[in-house]
Amino acid sequence: MIKAEWFYWLVGLSFLVMAAQMFTDRSNPKRFGTAAFWGLIGAGFIYSSWVVNKQAPAEPLGVAVLVMAVLAGFGFTGRGTPRTSTPEQRTASAAKFGSRLFIPALTIPVVAMICAVGVKELSIGGEPLLQEGSETILGLGIGSIAALVVAMVMLREKRIAVPVESGRSMLESMGWAMLLPQMLATLGTIFQVSGVGAQVGKITTAVLPDNSLYIAIVVYCVGMFLFTLVMGNAFAAFPVMTAAVGWPVLVGHFHGNAPAVLALGMLAGFCGTLVTPMAANFNIVPAALLELKDQYGPIKAQLPTAGVLLGCNIVIMALFAF
Amino acid sequence: MIVLLGVLVVVIGFATKRNPLLVVGVAGIATGLLGGLSPGKVLAAFGQGFADSRAVTIFAITLPVIGLLERYGLQEQARNLIARFGKLTTGRFLALYLGMRQIGAALGLTDVFGHAQTVRPLAAPMAEGAAERKYGALPQKARERIRSLAASADNVGRFFGEDVFLAVGSILLITGFVNTTYGTHLEPLHLALWAIPTAVCAFVFHGWRLLRLDRQLERELRAADAAPDTTAAEAAK
Repeated sequence: MIKAEWFYWLVGLSFLVMAAQMFTDRSNPKRFGTAAFWGLIGAGFIYSSWVVNKQAPAEPLGVAVLVMAVLAGFGFTGRGTPRTSTPEQRTASAAKFGSRLFIPALTIPVVAMICAVGVKELSIGGEPLLQEGSETILGLGIGSIAALVVAMVMLREKRIAVPVESGRSMLESMGWAMLLPQMLATLGTIFQVSGVGAQVGKITTAVLPDNSLYIAIVVYCVGMFLFTLVMGNAFAAFPVMTAAVGWPVLVGHFHGNAPAVLALGMLAGFCGTLVTPMAANFNIVPAALLELKDQYGPIKAQLPTAGVLLGCNIVIMALFAF
Repeated sequence: MIVLLGVLVVVIGFATKRNPLLVVGVAGIATGLLGGLSPGKVLAAFGQGFADSRAVTIFAITLPVIGLLERYGLQEQARNLIARFGKLTTGRFLALYLGMRQIGAALGLTDVFGHAQTVRPLAAPMAEGAAERKYGALPQKARERIRSLAASADNVGRFFGEDVFLAVGSILLITGFVNTTYGTHLEPLHLALWAIPTAVCAFVFHGWRLLRLDRQLERELRAADAAPDTTAAEAAK
């Protein structure tokens, strides 16, 4: 069986190799901090396997995570000058290879799709070929490796350092935004065990007037939206707002249709995800990937849609869920 | 009440534009300690959180091959290709991408598309290429706008498509939470069906905004053509 953990090791290993390249990159004025940041992430990826299995303590990893946050948060990381081709070389190469260049690029989604749909069913000796529940992640990984092999053969590129170098350059441009989603997952857990959710729930219940269905709908949806803004993730907001308003008031008191209320509440939270910098993987990382000057560009582009869709969720819930 | 300080830290941190990693770190430590966790427990929470959420970072595995292909002109070829489809304007192309992303996500193919694997190497250069075919080299402002909207098409398509699929994380979170907390039995299928109306709204409204981009580009870039002095002066800088 191909396990998801193997794939995490591969990701961790490639971070470590890239960190070694960063360490020796003299064009980066902050090469030591940068190498330490990505080296720690890489090592953390591998060490995590034992944390997940409860075979190793999580505390050392927690220390490492805080060191990473300090390195990136206080500006000890930077980026080197990317060693890449000139625009002229790229145009010439595009003319030479033409649309064959799309073959490796499309290999990733096609293989990912095949793994998610087809290979999922395969099993060898009674064991599934791909670890259950991780088929899409594994598909992405297998697709990337397959695409790399296809690309290197097609382009007659023999040096594995070349793709690693190109990938590293993109990592450097993303910097701290890469770590934020994993930090946020932690914040969600800490908020939960410290009782933040219960407090927010109490406050919401206290401000909610009795017997007003429409206000309750708005408080549930807008509450999901706002709490998602702060947490960067609708998953953290959902249990809090549902325990405070969604279930006891909308479903319990007003006899709303439970699947409609809850599904629309979650989607109201997604509107918050569209406009929060905390959801770095959706909103900040793309700004770095697309080399935007304005790191809030994607958020600004999503703001009107988020507002209108929040309204849609409220209206749909008010019209059809009761 | 005092545990809510953590929420306040997050809000103030953002209002004063501190680095989000530090904001989250401080908010987590403060909330944990105020909420009665021992320092060791707080550290363990950070470690456990990192270990359990590695899946969000694994898209990094696609970067080397994407970088390699870009070195050999993938983005340039994406621009060349779109230039052959005269009817496919920037707005229409992005609306098409939005639709494909949404349908893909609704079929459970969430990670098939994404910012690293499809937006940067394919969708963004194609959207730009369609505008370049019509207006020539684009000013920085238009380029940023097109790229931002390409990213938005991916996000909106994903968020408002994935909940139509039964086995996605958010649907399972809803059923898991409600069924264990309130002892009921909700079917994922019913939740997924109720995601469809919003999915349609998302496609119609965001698609309309993407189509409107064509008219905005027309207005801005034709106006820039009419006043070539300013663009020439900018280029000279």
